[in-house]
Amino acid sequence: MTTTESTDVTAAQGIGTSPVRPDGTMKVRGEFAYSSDLWHEDMLWGATLRSPHPYAHITGIDISAALALPGVYAVLTHTDVPGVNRYGLEHPDQPVLAEDVVRYQGEPVAIVAADHPETARRAVAKIDVGYEVLEPVTDSEAAVAGEGPELHPGGNVVRHVPIRFGEQDVTADVVVTGRYEVGMQDQAFLGPESGLAVPAEDGGVDLFVATQWLHVDQQQIVAALGLPKDKVRLTLGGVGGAFGGREDLSIQVHACLLALHTGKPVKMVYNREESFYGHVHRHPATLYYEHGADRDGRLVYVRARMYLDGGAYASTTGAVSGNAATLGVGPYSVPNVTIDCWGTYSNNPPCGAMRGFGAVQAAFAYESQMDRLARACGLDPVEVRLRNAMSEGTRLPTGQVVDSAAPVDELLTRLRAMPLPADRSGEPDLRHLPGGVSNTTHGEGVVRGVGYAVGIKNICFSEGFDDYSTARVRLEALGGEPAATVQTAACEVGQGLVTILQQIIRTELGVEQVTTLPMDTSIGSAGSSSASRQSYMTGGAVRAAALEVRAALVEHAARILGHDRGDLSVGGGKVVSRTDGVLADLVDVLGDAAFDRTVEWRHRPTESLDPETGQGNAHVQYGFAAHRAVVDVDTELGLLKVVALDCVQDVGKALNPQAVLGQIQGGSAQGLGLAVMEEIQTEGGVIRNPSFTDYLIPTVLDMPPMRIEVLELADPHAPYGLRGVGEPPTISSTPAIVAAIRAATGLALDRVPVRPEHLTGT
Amino acid sequence: MTSTPDVPPAPPQSDPGAAEITTAFTVNGTPRTVGADTRVTLLDALRDRLGLTGTKKGCDQGACGACTVHVDGRRVLACLMLAAQCDGREVTTIEGLSREGRPHPMQDAFVRHDGFQCGYCTPGQIMSAVALLREGRAGTDEDIREFMSGNLCRCAAYPNVVAAIKDVAREGGDHAHL
Ligand code: FES
Ligand code: FES
Repeated sequence: MTTTESTDVTAAQGIGTSPVRPDGTMKVRGEFAYSSDLWHEDMLWGATLRSPHPYAHITGIDISAALALPGVYAVLTHTDVPGVNRYGLEHPDQPVLAEDVVRYQGEPVAIVAADHPETARRAVAKIDVGYEVLEPVTDSEAAVAGEGPELHPGGNVVRHVPIRFGEQDVTADVVVTGRYEVGMQDQAFLGPESGLAVPAEDGGVDLFVATQWLHVDQQQIVAALGLPKDKVRLTLGGVGGAFGGREDLSIQVHACLLALHTGKPVKMVYNREESFYGHVHRHPATLYYEHGADRDGRLVYVRARMYLDGGAYASTTGAVSGNAATLGVGPYSVPNVTIDCWGTYSNNPPCGAMRGFGAVQAAFAYESQMDRLARACGLDPVEVRLRNAMSEGTRLPTGQVVDSAAPVDELLTRLRAMPLPADRSGEPDLRHLPGGVSNTTHGEGVVRGVGYAVGIKNICFSEGFDDYSTARVRLEALGGEPAATVQTAACEVGQGLVTILQQIIRTELGVEQVTTLPMDTSIGSAGSSSASRQSYMTGGAVRAAALEVRAALVEHAARILGHDRGDLSVGGGKVVSRTDGVLADLVDVLGDAAFDRTVEWRHRPTESLDPETGQGNAHVQYGFAAHRAVVDVDTELGLLKVVALDCVQDVGKALNPQAVLGQIQGGSAQGLGLAVMEEIQTEGGVIRNPSFTDYLIPTVLDMPPMRIEVLELADPHAPYGLRGVGEPPTISSTPAIVAAIRAATGLALDRVPVRPEHLTGT
Repeated sequence: MTSTPDVPPAPPQSDPGAAEITTAFTVNGTPRTVGADTRVTLLDALRDRLGLTGTKKGCDQGACGACTVHVDGRRVLACLMLAAQCDGREVTTIEGLSREGRPHPMQDAFVRHDGFQCGYCTPGQIMSAVALLREGRAGTDEDIREFMSGNLCRCAAYPNVVAAIKDVAREGGDHAHL
């Protein structure tokens, strides 16, 4: 369905304003119920036994000692899964509970319900599992070469995405090559995986859970439980951050199984260590690039091979690989492109969605390459980017022509024009130096560098996916006021969707009072809170439903008031005639009537990629952001401080300017984390650092002040012209920071995160 | 159903292991007693025994600050303190910050400045921020950042957190309130 043209009515706190979050007061009072806060009389606590081995055959499971423990109500293994013991977002390849083999460290083998969390933990420790340990498979490139044991039927390649665009054997005067690595990043949302499953009298179960997509959870749960859809109802529990890490199942099936088995409500909460095992991570990647250009730095070709390690199960590896490949040259116009991207299986932790989804890995490589090209051509890094910047009308390596604003040059020129932070002078404040109050330097050995990067991200689901959202809007008079109600299954994960949906209703219906119903599966799917898509998709659906309500209301008003329908509008709680002004209060016109519409809304269709050439109109919309980083590096100790991180991003239309800034700050911070600190370190598939003392995320001290400019170049195809906001700032932040470190040190730095030993050479 | 309990949850049926100890302390101005294993943390006592789930568990290892509460007016990490250590002491949690239903100015400022996204770190941020003012450490942005650096925010709402604290500090802190 297409978007009907905008509206002449506005309301206070409508789109373009920044009203306070409707859930804000509860959040600051500690009254907002996160999924880990849920409680039910008589509830049991669930716990999970996980494999200590990355790869092993299971030779036997003895649960008798665990069952004998007082207070234990159930100990379940794969034989207790009544439906299909497989789930997965793209391929159902992951067991709910392991059968005869475990493929990663932390894979769930058995689950327990007990009357106390400590009892459950002890019961887990009493389950005796026999393992025959196998040599883990950990090399993506070997997987592509067909080496090593097959972890899944059909081999260890989840997906190969080739892109063949333009001529394949052209040559160029200037050639730069590189091999780049991206470490495995964790979403590290602060609120751990958790939920509460309550068995129902109808033999079904009600699950309250923190997730990103209620309906895709439901679909996988019913398959595993062997229940019809109406017997498994999900409601969103409060979500303590997501960033992609809640798109796959964690506690969902386990809690439901235990609840159905015991007939009692079961709560499950992961602790921080378990959370590192309990969700997918960002794919670590190895990327080989060759850029060919003329002597003026204009790109002739890009060739790349990318290896994304998907770990033990497929999750969204296919789609992540699709993104890395299709966005593999970055926001540049390149006439000839050869890309091969492989997503592979291994015995490393499973990888899937994380903010930036495939675009992050590619961007670190192609932006590093652009800096190399600049050096090879004797050009300024911004200049080389400007010479190759894509724009509206550019044909991308998929053959898709960009048909809305793509202001890559404007982002870069604005960024370059921003003032740089002042040089350090005099006796510096320790807190402004690398090492901070550890007093490691007073400025000696510290050098400064500046780096730029720009990135591109597809917004919404791509490659022919039937991407839609469902929204219900109701308008009636309540207590003498016109009141609207909005219902969707779209997950509020902290991004502020609940605020934006209310703003849309206020704009379209001109009413102040808007109630948001709990998000649950009693309405159709809203799709995932991922791919920067909810403002576009559920915003689009809510707007479409509101427009239908408004049309019905105007019809009704025309009848009651005996006025020409075409002359009427609603706004500010009034029914207004264009010729005669205010005709009546909306509340009087409404009377006892209620207007209630549910709409299923889709973005324009996309195409799948040609499996041989990677050609196709695969993407709906593109988002762009650019960063400039200024970094001080203590070259003796390898410590560094990001002094400034400035950003320009085009958001099409800022529905909520404050929320837009929050997304840019948050996304940039996660990019900074990947640049200089965040990595799940594995050794033979074993995670070395599953804690917040060993996996560091940026604190307030690590985040420099940011200058941010937001452009609003409307996309005519999108609701209100908006462009998804959440992911683009994560993408360019990382390469900009690394470019600045390179500029300061002259080191090649082809791997993120950059660690002190990379800077000192020790 | 999706709300937190308004009555304290019943103590669990079985809690194997060490000795029980009864701790009598004041929580948000009300005398409370908790009978629990000596090893139960203040955080678990608040959340699971007293139904005060406003205090969050982000790591249970003293690394994130989500569990920050006040004990005798000083900020502590509730996951690093045993409930038994609080005998006879005064504990304030996020639920106890408001006075006569009026939110603390810091709570208002966090809403006004949008000092959070998911909000999971927020109770800890606010408890730290209120203590920070009392400690007299909110003089400059640098001070605020330095002394708030124990409170992680994965959504990275840091600029707005600092702005909210600055705003309250400028208004003369929380002296009128507490
Ligand atoms: S939960 Fe106490 S510091 Fe993280
Ligand atoms: S608001 Fe999400 S962790 Fe701080």
